[in-house]
Amino acid sequence: MEYLKIVIDGLSIGSTYAMIALGYTMVYGIAKMLNFAHGDVIMAGGYAMYVTLFLHAPWYVALAAAVIFCTVLGITVEKVAYKPLRGASPLAVLITAIGVSSLLQSLAQIIFGSAPKMVGIADLGNVTIAGENIPISTFVTLGCSTVIMLVLTLFVKFTRTGRAMIAVSEDRDAAQLMGVDSNKIITITFAIGSALAAFAAFFMLMKSPSLTNAFGAMPGIKAFTAAVIGGIGSIPGAMLGGILMGVVEAVALKFPLIAPYTDAIEFLILIVILLVRPTGLIGKKRREKV
Amino acid sequence: MSKLKSIKWKHYVNYILVGIAAVVFTALSFAGELNSSTLVLLEKVTIAVMLAVSLSLVVGFLGELSLGHAGFMCVGAYLGGKAAVLLQPSLGEWPALVISLLVGGAVAAVFGVIIGLPALRLRGDYLAIVTLAFGEIVRTVFMNADEDLFGGTLGLSTPRFDKHYLFIIAFVLVLLCLWVSQNIIRSKHGRAITAIRDNEIAAKATGINVTKYKLVVFTVSSFFAGIAGVLYSYSNTTVQSDVFDYNYSIAILVMVVLGGMGNLTGSIIAATVIISAQVFLQTGLTGDLAVLQNVVYALITIVVVIYNNAPSLKGFRDKYNLGNLVKKFRKPDPASVHDDEAKWDRVPTKIDMDEVLSTDIQPSSPFTPDKPDKGAN
Repeated sequence: MEYLKIVIDGLSIGSTYAMIALGYTMVYGIAKMLNFAHGDVIMAGGYAMYVTLFLHAPWYVALAAAVIFCTVLGITVEKVAYKPLRGASPLAVLITAIGVSSLLQSLAQIIFGSAPKMVGIADLGNVTIAGENIPISTFVTLGCSTVIMLVLTLFVKFTRTGRAMIAVSEDRDAAQLMGVDSNKIITITFAIGSALAAFAAFFMLMKSPSLTNAFGAMPGIKAFTAAVIGGIGSIPGAMLGGILMGVVEAVALKFPLIAPYTDAIEFLILIVILLVRPTGLIGKKRREKV
Repeated sequence: MSKLKSIKWKHYVNYILVGIAAVVFTALSFAGELNSSTLVLLEKVTIAVMLAVSLSLVVGFLGELSLGHAGFMCVGAYLGGKAAVLLQPSLGEWPALVISLLVGGAVAAVFGVIIGLPALRLRGDYLAIVTLAFGEIVRTVFMNADEDLFGGTLGLSTPRFDKHYLFIIAFVLVLLCLWVSQNIIRSKHGRAITAIRDNEIAAKATGINVTKYKLVVFTVSSFFAGIAGVLYSYSNTTVQSDVFDYNYSIAILVMVVLGGMGNLTGSIIAATVIISAQVFLQTGLTGDLAVLQNVVYALITIVVVIYNNAPSLKGFRDKYNLGNLVKKFRKPDPASVHDDEAKWDRVPTKIDMDEVLSTDIQPSSPFTPDKPDKGAN
């Protein structure tokens, strides 16, 4: 039953990607910008957990601290770096986001050094299913992220704030005319995305405890790729893209011949999908207006 | 005098800048005044200038964001380096150099076409992620390629060119790169390219072949990135794919942005200043403190971009604009003003155009009809 393990592994990696991708896709849908610094918010969450665990706090305190820290960081970054540029050209916003990303990474390196830190979150042990040893943390990741995504979907569909988010993403001006405070909605979106990043950091550290200042960069880029594959701006798209990326990664890692090329394969899938469907799998086609 | 005046100095300032630097440093080098670290610095600076100028074509003039410039450089460095390794023993140093430069540039240009093709279907953010993905693919492939072929994770050992000559070659190539770039930009093709940047649909409607121009810009840009890669392989003894990661592409992008998008002189100066600062700081700051300079770059980038683009700072910018202050003191010569001649010494950027298009007519502002043409009566 080796395939079962691959599939479960893939779903677990994929659900982590999906959670990060949700942060990208929601911000893109509502603020119409690529938050390049999102991957580094994950890294910041990791360090928040490192510090709290260093002070001998239990894991749930560390998780709570990371969620709070990431949320505050996300809102601060939005207010300081992105808000002044609302209405400016997308290129300018993107470059600012890249600047913020580089700033966060360098600051983390100055504060914590470049040597990897070990963040030991409770070892849950293994479980044997059909002759395969699978870490329990894999199931925890899968279960928790499914619940989180379900809650998020319900939140967006059925609460006032969630519906305001949909309204702002569809047409910001019209939403504002209907009495939606779009600035507040954008801030809330950043807060939710950053909180999800903290959860992603938790799950990633549970899988492998080594933490450096580039901790969030590669998962960030991959999740971003997942969001684009699914169709950026679409919440189910981000989940689909994330799961797809995770499964591809798990399968590719199982074959020694192609394992070193895993990253290349994932990015190649992105390019191929974008060539066939320029707005991603579920992305809406936008008509160009003059 | 009048003939001198009619030459537009602005069109030659880049050549003069680079040319003077090239002559001065060559003379100093032959006089034996330059030590080896200065020679290495010159190599680094010229490579960075070439990268910045070539990326500026895509980002500043075509208006597409490319985050994979280091990928093209990686292709050039590996293939040019490989060509050098194979050819140097049989052909000698100089012919091998020329051939490997051509090989590296040409292969990178082919990849430019390959990346340019999706660029025709994708726009903006989507293209940025595709170029980023391309850079990562190239890096991964070279890292895991056969060890006999490209050295694997240890990197490809390449011949080190004589320090006293390599920087002169690099200067010549920078001049070539500038010549090609400026001739593209200041021709009707350049107008077409900036038109695509400012409004692609309008450009299409006026009959500009968007497909052709996008491909041309991508190809030229990646060609020179490839050449910069070959120079890199000649100035180092090993080429490792780790170097050409996504952060390297970002570093080049920062040079273009800090220099002012769509401003080649600015890109040249920014590349020179950043690389020199990097090298000087490297000797002063060690260990994790060396990252302090990254913090500074990041902060400067953020501040510069916000200052230049924030809609709320528009009034402030107009009031304290250096260009406007200079203009106050300089009276325009009536003879030099021609109504029907577009002045292209500074190409308006997309951001300017957005401001123009988004300006609302205030109800309180008095209506001033256009002045009648001078000649019409």
